[in-house]
Amino acid sequence: MSGNTDSRVGTTYSLPLTLWISLFFVVPMAIVFLYSFLTRDVGGGVRWEFNLDAYAAIFKQTSSGQFIYLDILWYTLWMAVAATVLTILVALPCAYYIARTKNNTLLLFLVIIPFWVNFMIRIYAWVAILGQSGILNEGLMALGLIKEPVQFLFNDYAVLLVLVYTNLPFAILPLFTTIEKFDFGLLEAARDLGATHMGSLRKVMLPNIQGGIITAVLFTFIPIFGTFAVPDVMGDSNTYMLGQLITSKLKMTGDYPGASSLSVLILILTAGGLILYTAFQRKQEKDKMVTIAEDAL
Amino acid sequence: MKGSEVRVENADKKFGDFHALKSVSLTIKKGEFFSLLGPSGCGKTTLLRIIAGFEEPTAGMVYLDDVDVIPLPADKRHTNTVFQNYALFPHLSVFENIAFPLRLKKVPFEQIKEKVTRYLQLVHLVGQENKKPNQLSGGQKQRVAIARALINEPSVLLLDEPLSALDAKLRHQLLMDLDLIHDEIGITFIYVTHDQSEALSVSDRIAVMNEGRVLQIGTPFEIYEAPADTFVAKFIGETNILDGIITAHNGRFYTIETDQLGPIMVTSDRKFEVGKKVRHAIRPEKIDITKEKPEGLPDDFNILHGKVSESIYSGFQSQFYVATDQKLPFKVYQQHESYLERGPAIRWQDEVFLNWDADDGYIVELI
Ligand SMILES: Nc1ncnc2c1ncn2[C@@H]1O[C@H](COP(=O)(O)OP(=O)(O)OP(=O)(O)O)[C@@H](O)[C@H]1O
Ligand SMILES: [Mg+2]
Repeated sequence: MSGNTDSRVGTTYSLPLTLWISLFFVVPMAIVFLYSFLTRDVGGGVRWEFNLDAYAAIFKQTSSGQFIYLDILWYTLWMAVAATVLTILVALPCAYYIARTKNNTLLLFLVIIPFWVNFMIRIYAWVAILGQSGILNEGLMALGLIKEPVQFLFNDYAVLLVLVYTNLPFAILPLFTTIEKFDFGLLEAARDLGATHMGSLRKVMLPNIQGGIITAVLFTFIPIFGTFAVPDVMGDSNTYMLGQLITSKLKMTGDYPGASSLSVLILILTAGGLILYTAFQRKQEKDKMVTIAEDAL
Repeated sequence: MKGSEVRVENADKKFGDFHALKSVSLTIKKGEFFSLLGPSGCGKTTLLRIIAGFEEPTAGMVYLDDVDVIPLPADKRHTNTVFQNYALFPHLSVFENIAFPLRLKKVPFEQIKEKVTRYLQLVHLVGQENKKPNQLSGGQKQRVAIARALINEPSVLLLDEPLSALDAKLRHQLLMDLDLIHDEIGITFIYVTHDQSEALSVSDRIAVMNEGRVLQIGTPFEIYEAPADTFVAKFIGETNILDGIITAHNGRFYTIETDQLGPIMVTSDRKFEVGKKVRHAIRPEKIDITKEKPEGLPDDFNILHGKVSESIYSGFQSQFYVATDQKLPFKVYQQHESYLERGPAIRWQDEVFLNWDADDGYIVELI
């Protein structure tokens, strides 16, 4: 078969997927992008007047000199980074343990089970646990450790806890897949060559499961960066994450260009971060090259 | 000598109920090229892993130069291993793989480069330093593994079937390279293999193992010419086994009345009583095969008559399976020392005579 026919066959086969992706991914993105440059109209509509007002709004200062949106952005970034790091730190040993267990079907099943329960119900389950009349408070009072119920909800820690909980499977699964493929004999080789136990994990295991870690970070960081349900239910009502801001713009004020410009900002930040990271990796790889002449020494 | 003496005393290893090593004792001399030879599953890798520090023996001792090393983890022993599956670090280049132990020790880069270059030259890999392991051929990977294991200047190099994944020609070439490297750096090599020709060609001494036991330790010559038991005799090279009873004896000369072939003459320096049951072995290449009845042989030669039931021509030699008149199968090798104008003189279904000197047979075992 000639290369020409081959590529035509490839095109034919990939057509459904291409259409699917264009229809449900590219087109909505294009609409969001387009809307971010339009003008907000009263009553939740848009006027076809192109300008950068929606972007300018992001950098608007209050009379007291506060950048409201940028503060929210910083707060969101900080929460997302913290939640992602915590999720990965919890997921790594879990995935390692599952990968090293011989009959791990049950364990994997347990990781996936939460997917069968509605997302909102899982969040509210935490209210049932942490709330003023929740299991935790009842239990502590029954043990006589506290007299009055403690407010565990409506703070950053509650948000982080539930973010870690809801995103854990998305981190465990890609980590498990890469760790399972990892050749543990390499750790013995590293020990043999003089590495300590921790050294062998850090210098040999970590770089080899890096792909899985990056996938896990992306799978958790990106949804967390745009999350609104978890901070809505668990968080302080005076703090906002970016996802909440976008939702409120859409649902409360009908500011479609404002919501779109913030979405584009999230996209640029995450994609930009990824591109920078890849470039950095390439450069490091290049810097490691050595040249040895045939007649050296 | 830069190498260490390795002493294993009564090492036992159990995996649950499975007894993988049964009271193994060995003393490997400084700078020796020592092979562990045995069939798959006999415990070679287990023994090597115990010496390297990856496995703790259930009982017994391991000494490197009289130091008890059992409490020491692998990274604290002056041994390095070339693994059966290479175990190269896939994320590192050839250069960084070999430099790995030096990087751990935070050696300055100039020194690392100088030393890695030297070892790249030793294993003929200059020019490949920036490749990743998955860009290398099997033989090149093996060379990287060898250089990486040597760069720490261990006093003992452990090699676990390092050539088993390579084709015959490359295997031979790398084996010769290993032999040269051994001569050059002079450390102790412990070489695990299940290939007897590899072990015979390069080793100073060999330990033959089976089912977790060491059956015999000796030079290649001793192992081949005077195997300690039937297993060794059959595992190393080929052999024809005959069981019988000693019926007469005169000095070193014994007559064995074999069950199938009648009397056989053999010499032995060991003492046997008349009436003792023994097992006699004769190697196929020590038997002469002729079409005519051999004339004028001394009377300590054994002569048999039979028919060729199979003949395999393999260039430098022919292998014959001969069914003797008593229907006993016999294996005979004939070297082709001169040009065969009309092909091999002896062919399938030919009637032939076999003869061998009583000195060439030996008594392997009492039964
Ligand atoms: N971790 C383990 N758990 C249980 N049994 C084991 C373990 N390691 C080895 N064994 C068993 O011990 C025996 C010896 O294994 P070993 O790997 O030492 O054999 P070997 O001589 O190196 O064989 P090969 O030539 O196939 O590599 C085998 O029967 C093997 O199944
Ligand atoms: Mg083995």
